[in-house]
Amino acid sequence: MVQKNAVRELEDVVVKFVGDSGDGMQLTGTLFSDVAALAGNDLATFPDFPAEIRAPHNTIAGVSGFQMHMGKRKIYTPGDMCDVLVAMNPASLKANMKWVKPGATLVIDTSTFDEKAIEKAGYTLSPLEDGSLDGYQVIKAPVTDLIKEALSDLDIDKRLAERTKNMFVLGILFYLFERDLELPLNFIGNKFKDKKKVVEANQTALKAGYNFGETTETIRVTFRVDPAPLEKGLYRNITGNVATAWGLLAAAERSGRTLFLGSYPITPATEILMELSKHKSLGAKVFQAEDEIAGICSAIGASFGGHMGVTTTSGPGLSLKSEALGLAVITELPLVVVNVQRAGPSTGMPTKSEQSDLMQALFGRNGESPLMVMAASSPANCFYYAYLASKYAMEHMCPVILLTDGYLGFGSELLRIPDVNDLPAINPPMADPNDPKYKPYSRDEKTLVRKWAAPGVEGLRHRVGGLEKTNIDGNVSTDPLNHQLMVNIREEKIARIADYLPLLEVNGEPEGDLLVVGWGGTEGALTSAVNRMQEEGKSISHVQFNYIKPLPKNTREVLSSFKKIVVCELNNGQFVNYLRMMFPEIPYNQFNKVQGLPFHVQELTDEFTKLLEE
Amino acid sequence: MINYNKVEKSPVELSKKDFVSDQMVKWCPGCGAHAILAAVSNVFPKIGYKKENFAMVSGIGCSSRFPYYVDTFGFHGIHGRAAAIASGLKVANPGLSVWVATGDGDSMAIGGNHFIHVLRRNIDINILLFNNRIYGLTKGQFSPTTPMGSVTKTSPHGTIEHPFTVSGLVMGSQGTFFARVPDNNVKLMTEVLYEAAKHNGTAVVEILQNCIIFADKVHDMVTNRETKEDRQVILRHGEPVIFGKDRNKGIILKGTSLEVVEIGKNGITEDDILVHDMYSTNPGIQRMLGWMKAPDYPVAMGVIRAAPSESYDDLAERQIETAKKTSDIQSVNDLLRSGETWEI
Repeated sequence: MVQKNAVRELEDVVVKFVGDSGDGMQLTGTLFSDVAALAGNDLATFPDFPAEIRAPHNTIAGVSGFQMHMGKRKIYTPGDMCDVLVAMNPASLKANMKWVKPGATLVIDTSTFDEKAIEKAGYTLSPLEDGSLDGYQVIKAPVTDLIKEALSDLDIDKRLAERTKNMFVLGILFYLFERDLELPLNFIGNKFKDKKKVVEANQTALKAGYNFGETTETIRVTFRVDPAPLEKGLYRNITGNVATAWGLLAAAERSGRTLFLGSYPITPATEILMELSKHKSLGAKVFQAEDEIAGICSAIGASFGGHMGVTTTSGPGLSLKSEALGLAVITELPLVVVNVQRAGPSTGMPTKSEQSDLMQALFGRNGESPLMVMAASSPANCFYYAYLASKYAMEHMCPVILLTDGYLGFGSELLRIPDVNDLPAINPPMADPNDPKYKPYSRDEKTLVRKWAAPGVEGLRHRVGGLEKTNIDGNVSTDPLNHQLMVNIREEKIARIADYLPLLEVNGEPEGDLLVVGWGGTEGALTSAVNRMQEEGKSISHVQFNYIKPLPKNTREVLSSFKKIVVCELNNGQFVNYLRMMFPEIPYNQFNKVQGLPFHVQELTDEFTKLLEE
Repeated sequence: MINYNKVEKSPVELSKKDFVSDQMVKWCPGCGAHAILAAVSNVFPKIGYKKENFAMVSGIGCSSRFPYYVDTFGFHGIHGRAAAIASGLKVANPGLSVWVATGDGDSMAIGGNHFIHVLRRNIDINILLFNNRIYGLTKGQFSPTTPMGSVTKTSPHGTIEHPFTVSGLVMGSQGTFFARVPDNNVKLMTEVLYEAAKHNGTAVVEILQNCIIFADKVHDMVTNRETKEDRQVILRHGEPVIFGKDRNKGIILKGTSLEVVEIGKNGITEDDILVHDMYSTNPGIQRMLGWMKAPDYPVAMGVIRAAPSESYDDLAERQIETAKKTSDIQSVNDLLRSGETWEI
């Protein structure tokens, strides 16, 4: 008779799957996440894969991982340290033990722990035997042997059997979290629907893993994560890059302007280009350019042609686009530039995230060259901010840089699926055909926005370009006072967008001892840290900026209402220095980290506690 | 092959004055660019498209002021990027007749990458390449087509760079249309521009342009009125390649090379002369014709290559049309609800 285990109910739990690049950890993690989502948990995920496509087998460099954080409450980040680690080989265990909580559960495929693999991972003694795993709940499963046994009745070759290892392990996890097997079994059936043997093998392995969990005596505790109180609706799991692509498509649809993407592949932004390439049925025109410069220039050409011009890139690519950004500024054409930031300078660490390019976005051009800068702050809200960036670009006839980052782009969370028709309307200022009063730089009095007149429309022939033009008529001019006027107008036009932006919302009391300030992708970590301290009764509030230029109109008021401010960024202080420039009378503290890693909640609460006690 | 023949025709007959802009033309008196403007103003009404459907795009340099001087939609871009801007404009709106005005520096130095790739893709735009073999607007530095050894502001001891032969670069980039004209033959230029407009794909027209200030007479050996009959051969499709004041010289294919011969000498008759085939998709002989250089050969003028091929913009439109017909995803709402979703 099987001994009944203790069941531990959890608020939230972090599970990480790690293995060799070929072990299928991304698929395993995704499937586990889908099952969690179906069971009603809120969740966030983050893949952690090597930059190399196929790094050497069984080495630390070849370790691929997938982390997921699920809970019965709102989940803001993929989590810091994990409660459950699934390790498929010695190298992945070695590389990840530093991210494991004390007392965590380890699920280990022990059949990979041969002498050679142990040595290749950099261990001198097997960690299974040297006592280093004492204090953890260790579930040792010789998966290769167990699979062989489980699949012995099926007519299956060795290679296919070997490839079902991840399903066996997943079966153990489903037992560990009391999950129903119906969804994963169906998933396998659909995914490999034309390959009967593959379906059979994977389904059998999954069930065998579950049964192993049930019968092994090493599992002392299983877990239960109850459903989260999510708002009713239709949900899906989505990564930031896909959400960005879809937000752009939605904006094109609502504005009636065709989406044109000119882009060059660059990590970690390439997924947006790949995703949009799929959606020709929605009319999206995707032009994979010969370089970053052609990417933005073709998008500007398309914008001149009355399309919604978009270019996507990451930091080094934005550097290459600088001159053309100035062209979009002076021609006052709509342009959306998505910068999925990564660790710099130069090539830096392409797969690692950093809030690297705020200053570049704000100031990285010749001349007085103002444009709008915004930032998304969660994988799912990339959808909305990509939509809004497009809306502002078209309605205000200006380039908009939308900053996301690798952490948001690769990370995923649940998106409550909206009806596109409920999103705010987009009304581009199209010039009327044959308007006798049409002049290229005549402007709306309130917004200073000029009309959009595309070639092909009768009676609107005009010329724009990189040379300074006279206001209204748009003739080439080097007149000193005209230049001053145009410089002022371009700045003021961007400033007036603030009239259309939402005000900052403070998480917590509107005044108090400490205000935590962040922007963009750090929202999840900062919210988690601040919420935790608010629960402890601390006088701490949080505000996250999604609009950088122009800033929301109540920025000064919000910042002035606290005894202390700490601006937290994954760079050396780009936003805090911008705030110092804009509101010099306010004293700022700053907390910075530039390691290619996100903030951990613990390091944030330590810092905030210190600031509150000082 | 598909050709959407996308550009809408003008319902009324247009004339040269329909394309005259209100801007003062600021090129130097005697500059070859004036002739190009004249030819373009001649040819636009003949092409017959609606006035609003012409768009001129340029980069930087003397040539790139062109969009201000024709009354069409115009975009004066940044250095070297005209081809990229024009690519976006044409792919976005295939219903436009898109013309690029560029120079030897703009298109082959700073813009070299865009130049070769627009050709490779065969986007249906027309490129007027003003080749004056010098940087004019920055006042006299050598360019990628400046003859080796030339003394310029940045080569006081003579250039030590091998210049590009434009036709070689175009055909090496798998260009489907190449023509060459001297700036002092507006009639031929008009004819050639008409052919360029008709071609479905990227058309490059190299104009041997004189810069009267910084590279005066750089093309003189070829374009000089006294000797041009012997130094130029005007190619016409289906006709033998004959030239010379007395129309007695011709080009024959001998082995793997072209050779200049005299008709009536050594038993050569007109039947031996190479017949020009500009529509051949095989660029072999067209390459050799484009490569001919004075004084050993006459320089080939007229349309050297006009190989039929599908244009990028046609193919792009076709992919979209097919996807619209066959995909289940017809709106972003469909997309949002595709794949794994669940109700809570």
